[in-house]
Amino acid sequence: MDFLQSIDWMQLLKCFVVGGLICIVGQILIDKTKLTPARILVIFVTTGAILGGLGIYQYLIDFAGAGATVPLTGFGANLAKGAIQEVQTSGLLGAFIGGVKASAGGIATAVFFGYIASLIAKPKIKKQ
Amino acid sequence: MKPLETKQEYSNYVDKKSPNSPILKNCFNAFWVGGLICSIGQIIMDFCIYQGMDKTASSTVVSIVLIAISALLTSLNIFNKIGKFAGAGSLIPITGFANSIVSPAIEYKSEGYVMGVGGKMFTVAGPVLVFGISASVIIGIIALLFT
Repeated sequence: MDFLQSIDWMQLLKCFVVGGLICIVGQILIDKTKLTPARILVIFVTTGAILGGLGIYQYLIDFAGAGATVPLTGFGANLAKGAIQEVQTSGLLGAFIGGVKASAGGIATAVFFGYIASLIAKPKIKKQ
Repeated sequence: MKPLETKQEYSNYVDKKSPNSPILKNCFNAFWVGGLICSIGQIIMDFCIYQGMDKTASSTVVSIVLIAISALLTSLNIFNKIGKFAGAGSLIPITGFANSIVSPAIEYKSEGYVMGVGGKMFTVAGPVLVFGISASVIIGIIALLFT
């Protein structure tokens, strides 16, 4: 397999460590605060969007690749990046189009598979 | 027992009664599961780039594949078990976002497809989208003012 030989192991290690560290931040928030998972996810997305908007998050993406884009902070940064890029081409309209456009793939997939799963899967019976 | 009057008293009471979660072990599990999920993403991304796709498209494919996998694992009731073990390790990556949509969709099926599945699907993902998208619009406007 040519592809297996082309894998950059150093890049993969950086991705593993950075992705893991971001999850540790989340775990500390779960264990040390009384924040609900929904609030934690909102904090991560908003933080990612702000860091993305300031252009700081891009450095982390350049360094860690998927280690920075897969966590929800990456989702936020992607929203911000999309909005900024679209503003360059469509002006004010771009501020409203860009963010969702950049993350449309993820949102649509989650909604679509959520609906399909509800058609197929059976709700688990809670044991009393 | 004397009644608990203030929020502070209640909070102290809860802290005393709830078991101490082993934070080091939780962090370790979150670290390696989260790192592993990101690494799977990286391998998918490398594969897309190897196939000649550009970076933006590859990144989208990574999200789609990881979301599809977590939707499948949620349907099979496997994701819950991973979540219990890994905590933030499976919550913080995009897999947690997918699980937060798929899990209530299945759970609230009995309340009907429109308000049950369609409505409850966004119990957790709704706030994420509201704040994420609003932030992106504000950032877009700021970017417009400064360029």
